Amino acid sequence: MADTVIQSTRLARVRSLLDSVDLNQWLMRGMILLACLWMVVVVILPLLQLLSKSLVDHDGAFVGLANFIHYFRTPALSMSLYNSLFVSVVTTAISVILGFLYAYALTRTTIPGKAVFRGIALLPLFSPTLLNGITLVYLFGKKGLITTGFFGYFEKSAGITLAADIGLYGPVGIVIAEVFYVFPQAMLILSIALSMTDARLYEASDSLRASKVRTFLTVTIPGIKYGLMSATFVSFILCFTDFGAPKVVGGNYNVLATDIYKQVIGQQNFVMGATVSVVLLIPTVIAFLLDRISQRKQVALIAAKSVPLTPKRHAVRDGVFLAYCSIIALLLMAFLATAVYASLVRVWPYDLSLSLKNYNFRNMGGGGYPAFFNSIRMAFYSSVIGTVITFAGAYLIEKSKGMFLLRQGAYFLSMLPLALPGLVIGLSYIFFFNQPTWAILGLEVRNPFNVLYGTMAILVISNIVHFYTVSFLTATTALKQLDKEFEAVSESLGVPFYQTFFRVTVPVCMPAILEIGMYYFVNSMATLSAVIFLYSADIPLASVAVANMDDAGDIAPAAAMSVLIVLTNIAARLLYGLMTRGVHQRTQAWTRPVST
Amino acid sequence: MNMRRFCRFVLLCCAAVVLVSTASTVRAAEEILVYTALEDDQIPRYLVPFKKEHPDITVKIVRDSTGIVTAKLLAEKANPQADLIWGLAATTLLVLDHEGMLTPYAPKGIEKVAPQFKDSRKPPQWVGIDAWMTGFCVNTVESKAKNLPMPASFADLLKPVYKGHLVMPNPASSGTGFLTVSAILQLMGEQKGWDYLDKLHANMALYTHSGSKPCKQAGAGEFPIGISFGYRGIQEKGRGAPIETVFPKEGSGWDLEANGLVKKATIKPAAKVFLDWAISASAMKEYAKSYAVVTIPTGEPIPEGFPKEPLKQMIKNDLSWAAKNRARILEEWEKRYGAKSEPKK
Repeated sequence: MADTVIQSTRLARVRSLLDSVDLNQWLMRGMILLACLWMVVVVILPLLQLLSKSLVDHDGAFVGLANFIHYFRTPALSMSLYNSLFVSVVTTAISVILGFLYAYALTRTTIPGKAVFRGIALLPLFSPTLLNGITLVYLFGKKGLITTGFFGYFEKSAGITLAADIGLYGPVGIVIAEVFYVFPQAMLILSIALSMTDARLYEASDSLRASKVRTFLTVTIPGIKYGLMSATFVSFILCFTDFGAPKVVGGNYNVLATDIYKQVIGQQNFVMGATVSVVLLIPTVIAFLLDRISQRKQVALIAAKSVPLTPKRHAVRDGVFLAYCSIIALLLMAFLATAVYASLVRVWPYDLSLSLKNYNFRNMGGGGYPAFFNSIRMAFYSSVIGTVITFAGAYLIEKSKGMFLLRQGAYFLSMLPLALPGLVIGLSYIFFFNQPTWAILGLEVRNPFNVLYGTMAILVISNIVHFYTVSFLTATTALKQLDKEFEAVSESLGVPFYQTFFRVTVPVCMPAILEIGMYYFVNSMATLSAVIFLYSADIPLASVAVANMDDAGDIAPAAAMSVLIVLTNIAARLLYGLMTRGVHQRTQAWTRPVST
Repeated sequence: MNMRRFCRFVLLCCAAVVLVSTASTVRAAEEILVYTALEDDQIPRYLVPFKKEHPDITVKIVRDSTGIVTAKLLAEKANPQADLIWGLAATTLLVLDHEGMLTPYAPKGIEKVAPQFKDSRKPPQWVGIDAWMTGFCVNTVESKAKNLPMPASFADLLKPVYKGHLVMPNPASSGTGFLTVSAILQLMGEQKGWDYLDKLHANMALYTHSGSKPCKQAGAGEFPIGISFGYRGIQEKGRGAPIETVFPKEGSGWDLEANGLVKKATIKPAAKVFLDWAISASAMKEYAKSYAVVTIPTGEPIPEGFPKEPLKQMIKNDLSWAAKNRARILEEWEKRYGAKSEPKK
């Protein structure tokens, strides 16, 4: 009697387990499909609208590749491609090396004040790239602090000439501004890659008496290969597509992003703007292929049995890294301090007395303080919604099984936004979302997304898309270093995937998730290029105000508004850090000594 | 109990929906969306008399630089958002007209506007409100320090002494840059004009993306002489920058700030009310505080710093020639000077 009861309940359990596995599979498939659909609507369709623009002439007649032929036949235009590549390669090389050393110091040495160093390194992330340009002008412009030797102060007081003109306007200025912009992002990706490692590998290497160099080359570097690839790839594209810095300090050195600006804003030549945008896409496709190839060889680094790495004390090494980090941190602080100082000066360089008058935006363009508060709201929405979508998307692509093509497709769609400069996103969104009807096969179809036009929602969506890829890569890098064993084990235990997701994946990846949220917030706060086409009269934005004031010639108030943006981002970062410290300690016990 | 409460709730909701919807339809009739490239410090001042005369109309303003407003308008062509355009470059309105995006409308008082300041068709597609013109912003402090004489003409700018001290807006990204280049070509003829620009190019430190920027950079001493527009230089001086504004002896290139009615399915009566007001005496009086030339004379004194007889300073400018040849001129310009800083070939 008792036996049969037990047997039948067992049977029932097995059956329900089978059912639930099946249901889980279907649920996951549905969700991947949904993720793909979302990416198609917010990336592919607007992009197609833009691409089709590059194949037609001004009156909308199909002309094939004529625009591209025209582009490459015009030396002033095609020169920009070379310039963009040159600037981006130099910037990438500098940023990745600097970023790697910094990230290494933060994760693999025992230098004091890691949290502070980490915080300072992220400072440039908090400001609009226009501010990088503006600050460089205040430092290295013809009337800059450095160029004039602190207005001749040292020359007068000590007889030392410290004045130096570095010839800011051109590639020099662009590279400096871009390194400031890109460095934190490279550092972020690399430090996550470096912090996810298995100490057993180092123990093994140690017990095999491998030299430090050998360990570095055979354990450390292969371990972060994927992160290194991502960092290089991200740095290159970020620099390649940025337009704020070249606009301010580029001088006559044309790059692709400023060309798009000139074509679209200056000449209202959307066709050529679209054409240049397509030229901009080519390197991304190459980067994508390289990334796929390298990724195929990637294996999970953190197995279920992993032991977190605890860096040991090493006086010389730690001393060198402490010095290095201090220099970089000082430079970053000085850079920001210059911006703050410039925003407080009455009339640079003629009346250096300090006042807060630049912070009174009353008779200025752009919308003043209401614009500032709108930006905060927008950044908050983008951060919360963006983080959920990105992490869920990365999880589905990384951890689901089967549906190879669909996942490949979703992965490609997730990489694509990185190649899209904000201006392109903004423009393609106008084309796509503002179209009241579509003509499909001769039928007039109402555009269901038309209602979004001119709302906060379209701003938030544009931000999520604009900053999707870096967040996605951060999530993927973290997820990739989690062994698939976790999923396999939970599946065999009959635990549905969403439970594993919430109980294991999310807590373990908490640092990455927090980074993503921060990344969305600070970038949405600072971004200009996408939203400048999309903001409506009801919703002025702080970054747009910066651009407007800069354009109107009010450079000091523009610096002041930028400083407010930076301060908000710093405050948000601090608040975030405080709020999440508890969570962090609870969920990251397994990696305790690695990150502080 | 619960049922009754529920019913009351539903009723309340219905009432709220009705209220909101009627309120919004009433409001929609009185709300107009205006796209403009007027300066930020001008708009609130300009709008004071309008709000007094038409308290029932809500004006929503989208303000941006000429290029961005134009790009926005063109991009929204399929589904225009703006009801009307206020104070956008006439050369740009010609482009919009060419695209079929404007509705002809003759605002009240149109007959008082001189023919060269409005579209020649009746009713006109666009109507000018004021003119802005090329001016050099010269930083007096920096000029003294660098021993630069005060330039008086376009010809003066070619002197070797100015080499590396000049900035001007790139005509491919700035309306002010374009009106200056087009003025030089019209003044000297194309052949000599390009010769002049070749020589000017040799003296130019760099080209900026906006028309105000050269003047701002002059004001900050970044580059001592900026080719910009008159209003900007005079305003910079007013803000305490050591700037003198020079209007070139040969005459200044100019463009109009103009208004137009956007072609869309429903044209709001309030938009026409606004356009009527925008060339009325009360509006013109406000424009005249900023600009020396407004399209309906007001009798107000000319703002300080402008030439005594501003109309004589303005060259004979063929706006439609400029609009028609814009693409060709810009292509030629880019070919000659666009790749200035490229490595040696």
